[in-house]
Amino acid sequence: MQALVIAAHGSHLNPDASDPTYAHADTVRETGAFDEVREAFWKEEPHFREVIRTLESDEVFVVPLFISEGYFTEQVIPRELRLEEWDPEKWDSDGTDASQATLEATDVGKTIHYCGPVGTHDAMTDVIVQRAESVTEDPNVGEGVGLAVVGHGTERNENSAKAVEYHTERIREQDRFDEVEALFMDEEPEVDDVTEFFESEDVVVVPLFIADGYHTQEDIPEDMGLTEDYRLGWNVPADVDGHRIWYAGAVGTEDLMADVILERAADAGADLGDAIERVRAATAAGTGDEPRSEPEPGAGAGD
Amino acid sequence: MSESTSDLEALLAAADDGVAFDGLRLEHEGDGYALETPDIERTGLDEGALRDALETVPAYVSNWQYWQREIRGDGTARRAFLRRCERAPLADDESADHQPVADDVALSVPERYDALANGIDREWGQLCITVRFVDVENPDGERVYDLWHVDDAGNDLADLEVYDDPRDARALATEDEDGRYRPLKTAPTLRSGWAFTGLSGQELVDAVEFFYPATVANWHRELHGELDVDHWLETAERQTGIYDVIDELPREAVDWMAEACCVDSQCLRRREWQYEEGDDLEVDGGDGAFPCREPCSLVVAAARKWTVLESEEERTYELELTTSELNQLTDLIDAVAEGRTDEVREADVYDGANRYRARYLRAKRFDEDGNLEATERDGE
Ligand code: SF4
Repeated sequence: MQALVIAAHGSHLNPDASDPTYAHADTVRETGAFDEVREAFWKEEPHFREVIRTLESDEVFVVPLFISEGYFTEQVIPRELRLEEWDPEKWDSDGTDASQATLEATDVGKTIHYCGPVGTHDAMTDVIVQRAESVTEDPNVGEGVGLAVVGHGTERNENSAKAVEYHTERIREQDRFDEVEALFMDEEPEVDDVTEFFESEDVVVVPLFIADGYHTQEDIPEDMGLTEDYRLGWNVPADVDGHRIWYAGAVGTEDLMADVILERAADAGADLGDAIERVRAATAAGTGDEPRSEPEPGAGAGD
Repeated sequence: MSESTSDLEALLAAADDGVAFDGLRLEHEGDGYALETPDIERTGLDEGALRDALETVPAYVSNWQYWQREIRGDGTARRAFLRRCERAPLADDESADHQPVADDVALSVPERYDALANGIDREWGQLCITVRFVDVENPDGERVYDLWHVDDAGNDLADLEVYDDPRDARALATEDEDGRYRPLKTAPTLRSGWAFTGLSGQELVDAVEFFYPATVANWHRELHGELDVDHWLETAERQTGIYDVIDELPREAVDWMAEACCVDSQCLRRREWQYEEGDDLEVDGGDGAFPCREPCSLVVAAARKWTVLESEEERTYELELTTSELNQLTDLIDAVAEGRTDEVREADVYDGANRYRARYLRAKRFDEDGNLEATERDGE
């Protein structure tokens, strides 16, 4: 038997933080590719600490629903899962190349394939593009349009910026959008000045975040000038300095994220049959959640 | 071939290797088969005689079929939990090192078959689980499980929202009756008014695990004497990042914290962790059916705040209050701590936690900066 564990942050304060985790887990459940699928959290339950013991499978694929390699994926998750042999060296990554490491969870004696985070997988590039398609409701969006991929910046670790730059470069190479830029919340080039970095009138802005919360629903919309006050909401598209800004909200809410989770598990050796193809078909553009423009008072990212 | 005939064939096939399950024993000896239940004992049976004999104990046959061929999962928490649901002996796995300690008297197969016609109810936190036969007239051993809130056990199904997908439990567990987010799944604030009906054993366990994650696994470990408790100090010392500091929380504060967060009125898990091995907390761990094996993330996060607060020095303040006003402060703290501010009636000015009473006290005793008027006394 094989099991999938999707390891996410969760929140003590914001009930919506776990929604994308549940949604993607359900998409994977419906493929039947795994005998068991579990959501696990740092701030919700089941906690990372106790999730493995809830499984009957001997072989477990753990995919962190995080954007970058760093504190959570390299320290917290392996420690809490009791992967005693873990060492970040096992990923042999310079910040965006982690694939997987095979270890044992010492409380249960099961084989754990500890995968790299979803945010740095190549398939994530497609999710960003699909997010742009969803928000513009245009499956061919690109020509005459600029795309901004937005990240935190180096605040907590430099790999978070690396992930943003990595996908930005890959999308640039596709030659699909007229312009593609990486922007950040707490370093240059800053998302506040988004319109200065684009000549195109239409600019799609996709934050590379797992869940909507304080940053994506309060900070970024206000910083870009989409709205005076996030509680009033904003238009999609919104007019800012002669540009039309299509703000997509967190990329992690896009249905195609389930595909990245499966790709991670497949890279680590999971036997998935045709599940990836089926998920890709089922989560094709246009079926995703409409990006929210409605305000969500109090929907802070929590801690 | 009818359902029960195929059960019989399967059991006959298993008889060659010997069957010993739930009071039913079957063996293939040199001179034929031996059959034993608590009520009958037959030996030297040829196949035909064995068939006839088994037809006289249909409950044992279909019970074997249900557990050994349908539920299976020998040694798993899922199976043990489902057996608990119908008060079956938990020690069906006789090779276990530790014999499980049942939390009540186990029923024999005939007793269970009687009870399953009407349904057997078991509680798990605020959940009530009913296991019953699908076919009450001609019980073929097939069980289904219903799940609802203990407060609804007496209510008519027609008055409840009925669900059949275990995943719906996630949404039901997210907010309390007043629409407030429940970050602690085992807080005794599960809302009522819903029911899951006709679940399979696997679906039941899935739903229970969505309501109370990992409780079945940890209960099962405890049952076998294998609960791996991580006490406060181990858990605190393991933390890094912003929680690195919590191992500095004073010893006595850990008692206060457990009293604040972990008692039965706040959490249905039975706290098994202590300060450290050999140094128990004074507060009672509670009577919950399922154990808590280490401080949860909510307690860890709150501990960080208390660690910072406890690092402050105590000072002596002077403030003027009447005796009743001092008592009122007690009432106010109590009302918030017990979560009963919503229950204090609008005009009940006899209750110190009444809103008008609180506003009055504020008008009288706060300074223009909105603080309680108090002066620090110089150290003596
Ligand atoms: S640490 Fe306390 S509050 Fe948290 S789950 Fe355990 S008993 Fe409940």
